[in-house]
Amino acid sequence: MSTALRAPRARRVRRRGLAALALVLAGTLALPACGAKAGEESEGPGATADISEDTVKVGLLNSLSGTMAISEVTVRDALLLAIEEINAAGGVLGRRIEPISEDGASDWPTFAEKSEKLIRQDGVAAVFGCWTSASRKAVLPVFEQNKALLFYPVQYEGLEQSPYIFYTGATTNQQIVPALDYLAEEGVDSLYLVGSDYVFPRTANKIIKAYAEAHGIEILGEDYAPLGSTEFATIANKVESAGADAVFNTLNGDSNVAFFKEYTSAGLTAETMPVVSVSIAEEEVKSIGAQYLEGQLTSWNYYQTTEGAANEKFVAAYQAKYGEDKPTSDPMEAAYTSVYLWKAMVEKAGSFDVADVKAAADGITFEAPEGLVTIDGETQHIHKTNRIGRIGADGLITEVWSSDGPIKPDPYLKGYDWAEGLS
Amino acid sequence: MTVFLSQSFTGISIGAVLLLIALGLSLTFGQMGVINMAHGEFIMAGAYTTYVLQQSIGGAGVSLLLSLPLAFLVAGAMGVLLEWLLIRHLYARPLDTLLVTWGVSLFLQQLARDIFGAPNVQVRAPEWLTGNVRLIGGEHPFTLAHNRIFILALALAALVSLALTLRVSPLGRRIRAVVQHRDLAEASGIATARVDRVTFFIGSGLAGLAGVALTLVGPIGPTMGTNLIIDAFLVVVVGGIGRLRGAVIAAFALGVLQAVVEYSATVSVAKVTVLVGIVAFLQWRPQGISTLRTRSLV
Repeated sequence: MSTALRAPRARRVRRRGLAALALVLAGTLALPACGAKAGEESEGPGATADISEDTVKVGLLNSLSGTMAISEVTVRDALLLAIEEINAAGGVLGRRIEPISEDGASDWPTFAEKSEKLIRQDGVAAVFGCWTSASRKAVLPVFEQNKALLFYPVQYEGLEQSPYIFYTGATTNQQIVPALDYLAEEGVDSLYLVGSDYVFPRTANKIIKAYAEAHGIEILGEDYAPLGSTEFATIANKVESAGADAVFNTLNGDSNVAFFKEYTSAGLTAETMPVVSVSIAEEEVKSIGAQYLEGQLTSWNYYQTTEGAANEKFVAAYQAKYGEDKPTSDPMEAAYTSVYLWKAMVEKAGSFDVADVKAAADGITFEAPEGLVTIDGETQHIHKTNRIGRIGADGLITEVWSSDGPIKPDPYLKGYDWAEGLS
Repeated sequence: MTVFLSQSFTGISIGAVLLLIALGLSLTFGQMGVINMAHGEFIMAGAYTTYVLQQSIGGAGVSLLLSLPLAFLVAGAMGVLLEWLLIRHLYARPLDTLLVTWGVSLFLQQLARDIFGAPNVQVRAPEWLTGNVRLIGGEHPFTLAHNRIFILALALAALVSLALTLRVSPLGRRIRAVVQHRDLAEASGIATARVDRVTFFIGSGLAGLAGVALTLVGPIGPTMGTNLIIDAFLVVVVGGIGRLRGAVIAAFALGVLQAVVEYSATVSVAKVTVLVGIVAFLQWRPQGISTLRTRSLV
């Protein structure tokens, strides 16, 4: 090519390159949307679990990468600890549990794809995992079509009761409603709602608004940030100028880091405007930095500092396996408990068959680190005690209030007059 | 009133972040015409440099200041390596450059995941960067957050040094000559291949600098680059290819627009508004805010 021709050609090609660039950028945005239909063709009888003489496989489905990894990796670790303990004690029905771990990659269609793989290809007897409600909603049809079992260990927004999911985290009347009761008791008259933009925060805030209306609490504002968003200056400004008595925070994952940095920069503190969070446990406190969170409130069913022999044993075993500085948290505890509950159900049923295991569920109890938990066979949730905690400078959370004993799960809030019309 | 002031400052500080992430790209893409999809990963490299330095030194303040030059060098070196290994063979083949650098971007993300682990990490901000300056007191005070002031200052310092380098230094003169007419520059005795490499070094180094700044507002993770690269390209395209002035105007305009809409509506609405605004603007002015007039044959 002669040099005289190079410049115009470069320019022409550059323009074509620009068009290609736009295409690729659009493709990057659209990619996660593919693959959501995985498993729709699988009608009919459920997948059969691959159980041999001496082993039974279970699936662990957690985000080991992406924005949710910060939280979900610890759940996977807690699940592995429970499996290790059970295997050391002789396994389930004389069989060793063989865990198969899959990465959901913080991407909901990937969760559906991987659960399909665990159920149909690996033949697992049960799957433990998922964190965000979006990922649970994505895998729900897969579990229902394949008649397979999922144990879901995280607090969520309620209003759901799949026959193939056991919910070992809190539903709303075990976490959000008690937190609101506590705030009302403390004399809070106005709230500002901040959350990530997906199922859990939106539904949780619907419930909060219904409660607030019935109890004379004013909602001064409501803001949602895209999952993974790290730009919170404007939201902090809005919160600051609204001047609410407290903030109810349903942000998830890394967004909390940016939110609390901005919140502190705006000059807000736990004294001037406390934030009640329902997705920040000990692990998140550590990564956000305790200096941004000191004095803020959380609502959970379990803290590392919860008293009891079962918890002492759990914390000691966890730290012996993963490191002295590793905190334990509510979702980890619920995950750990879920494996033991599954074991108890299987042993009561005397079989790994999903229908038998489900039938055996009602009334099963376990002395969990959070205290005694009981499976409610009708809703497939568990009875749990609520605890409001305050975050300390050392990153640990200490209980400042608790409900009177375990609360019966009520995912549709049928027992609350103000919640009529929510579901 | 104070709300208006606070939001204006928020808009300006969003603009400063945008400017920092786009400044390097306006050199490599704007001036050289290289579509470098791995630019976001150079930002990530800068952020991880800050993290590593803080882990090994400890002192939050010292490590942050030290990481400014170091991140520039690390990201710049990565840029030079990329230019030398791949891009120089692909000049005037933008589609191939695009695909190759996209591959490099995926490679670097996985590399970060293998080295630092998939979960995001955090950098502790030094004492003097937490808290804020109170300009107007009262019930709704107008405050400027220290970290935002720092980022704004860093963005302006980077901008001024880059502008001065391009305008008055002999190196800048050579860069401009190559941008305006490569063949003529080469005929005049300028070693264009060397100039390309230096330009790429500076552009990538600026990405590293942006990475340091971003550790002050959010978490550091293997995928942070992919979230930023789109914003960076938007700023450069709106600003107009080949001119710094356009990029500056574009960055602050987009930042303020985002902040204003977000305050009266929601984050999602603000993002949509900004994108629709950009599409409409480019319909009206496809060449961007300011363009470079050259004598090359177009």
